[in-house]
Amino acid sequence: MPKIPGLFKGLGVTLGTMSRTVTEGANTVQYPHEKETPPIRARGVIALHEGNCTSCMLCARSCPDWCIYIEGHKELAPPRRAGGKPRQVNKLDRFDIDYALCMYCGICVEVCPFDALFWSPEYEYSEPRIADLLHDKAKLGEWMQTVPEAPELEAGADKKGKK
Amino acid sequence: MVSVLAVDLPYWAQSLLRVLGGLVAVLLPAGTIVYVFLFKMMSFMQSRLGPMEAGPYGSMQLFAEVGKWLQKEDIYPERADKFIFKLAPLIVLASTFLLVVVVPFGPDAWFTNFEAGIFYALAVSSVSVLGILIAGWASANKYSLLGGLRAAGQLIAYELPMVLAVIGVVIQAGSMNLQDIVLAQNAGSIFGWDGLGNPYVLTQFVGFVIFMIAVQAELTQAPFDMPIAESELVSGYMTEYSGFRFLIFFIGEFATAGVFAMIASILFLGGWGVPFAWFGWTDMDSVDNWMNIVGPLILFTKMMLVVFVVMWVRFSYPRFREDQLQRFAWKVLIPISLVNIMVTAILKVAF
Amino acid sequence: MTMLTDRQQLSYIAAQAADARVNLELETEGMTLNIGPQHPATHGTLRIIARLDGEQVVWAEPSCGYMHRGYEKLTEVRTFPQVTALVNRIDWLGSFANEVPFILAAEKLMGIEAPARAQHIRTILFELSRIANVSLFLGDLGVQLGAITPVFMAFRDREYVLNLIEGATGGRFHPNFDRIGGLKDDLPAGWIDETRNVMKKLRRFCDEIEDLLFGNEIFQSRTRGIGVIPRDVAMQYGLSGANLRASGVDWDLRRDQSLPMAWNKADWKVWTHNDGDSFARCWVRLQEVRESTKIVDQLIETIPAGPVMTKVPRIIKVPEGEAWVATENPLGEMGYYVVSKGDLGPFRVKIRSASFNNMSITPWLLKGVYVPDIITILASLYFILGDIDR
Repeated sequence: MPKIPGLFKGLGVTLGTMSRTVTEGANTVQYPHEKETPPIRARGVIALHEGNCTSCMLCARSCPDWCIYIEGHKELAPPRRAGGKPRQVNKLDRFDIDYALCMYCGICVEVCPFDALFWSPEYEYSEPRIADLLHDKAKLGEWMQTVPEAPELEAGADKKGKK
Repeated sequence: MVSVLAVDLPYWAQSLLRVLGGLVAVLLPAGTIVYVFLFKMMSFMQSRLGPMEAGPYGSMQLFAEVGKWLQKEDIYPERADKFIFKLAPLIVLASTFLLVVVVPFGPDAWFTNFEAGIFYALAVSSVSVLGILIAGWASANKYSLLGGLRAAGQLIAYELPMVLAVIGVVIQAGSMNLQDIVLAQNAGSIFGWDGLGNPYVLTQFVGFVIFMIAVQAELTQAPFDMPIAESELVSGYMTEYSGFRFLIFFIGEFATAGVFAMIASILFLGGWGVPFAWFGWTDMDSVDNWMNIVGPLILFTKMMLVVFVVMWVRFSYPRFREDQLQRFAWKVLIPISLVNIMVTAILKVAF
Repeated sequence: MTMLTDRQQLSYIAAQAADARVNLELETEGMTLNIGPQHPATHGTLRIIARLDGEQVVWAEPSCGYMHRGYEKLTEVRTFPQVTALVNRIDWLGSFANEVPFILAAEKLMGIEAPARAQHIRTILFELSRIANVSLFLGDLGVQLGAITPVFMAFRDREYVLNLIEGATGGRFHPNFDRIGGLKDDLPAGWIDETRNVMKKLRRFCDEIEDLLFGNEIFQSRTRGIGVIPRDVAMQYGLSGANLRASGVDWDLRRDQSLPMAWNKADWKVWTHNDGDSFARCWVRLQEVRESTKIVDQLIETIPAGPVMTKVPRIIKVPEGEAWVATENPLGEMGYYVVSKGDLGPFRVKIRSASFNNMSITPWLLKGVYVPDIITILASLYFILGDIDR
């Protein structure tokens, strides 16, 4: 069989792609009518579990962009058992993440020793004003509802998955 | 234009109908080609769906685009030659309108019935070269200049193969009148069998291929789109145009594609007609009157087929370099078309 | 042959001088064209100043620096994890490959090695980023030359690779997954099966591109014989990667160096081509993508079990010293020279990026070519502006 010149093979490829799109559908998704779900580990937005945070400032220090703003104060909490001393605890006043600066690198989530920060795959939070991209404590707490369970790991992994 | 409605129209009404018909004949193919091929076919070849939001399946996208271009600001470069800058798109569009005047849509549905129809058509299609050239020079922009110069060389070079390819058809039909060429194809016969008429695509296959290549080059479509060359010259001669003027260039490009495809289908595929033997017609006067309505539709379908091939090649191939283009035209296409003419002439005398 | 009389000679010289004066005033001798910094053909903000004589280039010089972000200065005031996050963005198309030499240099200074499983997965992700990077090149090649369809096919099939990287690391373009001592996390379940499917799709994509683009006679006439770089010139100018291999030099750091990565655990070959023209460079990259899919296929079957991170302290202080590590990145040879003074972060990092050296050959190469060939040559040399300017 004589060799088909490359010109015609090229035409065949485009015609094949066209017929595949017509019969099987396109490779694109008609956003915003349909949306693709991102994988579990996708870095969409950072959520804060306020109960765990002790305002140790590790995350604010390790951010490459310095986009986390933390303010806290110390106060006395009632003793754990009756007859004990009142304990000094850190109370979180302000925990803001400026998503206009955030690089989505994940160092803050990784470095937190008390598991107060979590990744969530939510990505639709764009705002018309840049100032609204500064998410405060309450908003970060709302994102906690979208945080998924950590995925199962592949065979051969050492320990159960931590996020 | 002999009235098809058996009503005697006054002269001014006939002229008005001619003008409106001309507008429709130019804009309707342009719009259909843009929607079907540029928006949808190109997208399907690229595994995507194209515009889907404006109207069902994106059918209103065309009007949205037109509206968008119309409402843009009319800017032109400061050092551009204002009058010529504004004139250039109009010249390109004018040549398309001049071209469609001579295309027959049915046995009695034509604008003018020139005796030298195809001669006039080829002559007038070169007017757009002027428009492109002055568009390139008048924008004070080195990229447009490069585009305009490339366009000049390319378009002039590829007119010769186009003309020479058509000569074979003219020899075979015996006339330059486009209506006569349609008649010769549909009333003719191949070696006595008239089931298919005598479409010149069979006997003039070489001429057909050369004509299609020359048309691709005249429309500056890939692989011959050096004058536009998006990745180097941004838009070539069209770079500095925006808003309504760019719209005119855009419409002109696709309208010319449609009209050239119509001429190609008239010359090679039998035009508005079906083989006369199917209905027992013998010559132009015996063709029924309903052919005046169906004829344009048949021509439209054939035009879409031809444009499909043109666009299919456009979306699949990279572009030639300018000197490779010229070498191809002068050293390959012209000799082959000359040989084609000789062979046609010899065979015409022999048979 | 008669000698010109003095009078004739004088008038000849006077005419030439008058011509030169006119040329200077009207600049009729050549057109200076600025290609870029905003241009569809350059991969970013590159400016090429070309002096043209009609359509031929008489003299060309690249002027880079429009995208300089001050990486080496930035790294002086950041810790090692922060630098890892930043360094992703140098070559943004194959970004995992940027982290690896830096982390390897830091591990060399610390005297530790990542566990076998981590080395293996690092190599897999490295090859995946190579596939992502070079498959975009194949599509981009089409656009530079005028074929508008291959780029959509390239993006479509690259999406699969990016989804894989996102499933494992959380980020499509900037994974930020490498850590000193191993990797951040292990692979999620189902990733290996997914990778097998994606590699099949990519091989089919390579075949399609070969039919659509490489087999096309127009493409071949545009690229064969254009921008020929002889072997010794390539070595003198410090080219690396596929540019070097296309000129006939058999040089691949994955095979020739012994780094703690898993390339020697798979069976693969290095592709070279003897022509040194644009077609050779494009062809070598196509074969490299195919070879990468084979490497990934072999490596995902043999991932050793075990931990993915060695025991390192929570807050890492890299001991004093200097280390140089270079790897075969998708664009060429990328290396980091890390100087540490025992702090939380490096004292100084010198980044040797492949594209900066690859681009240094353009003044020599672009003399005498046509304007369309400039685009072909730039496309076939393949640089990323983030890599040139850092």
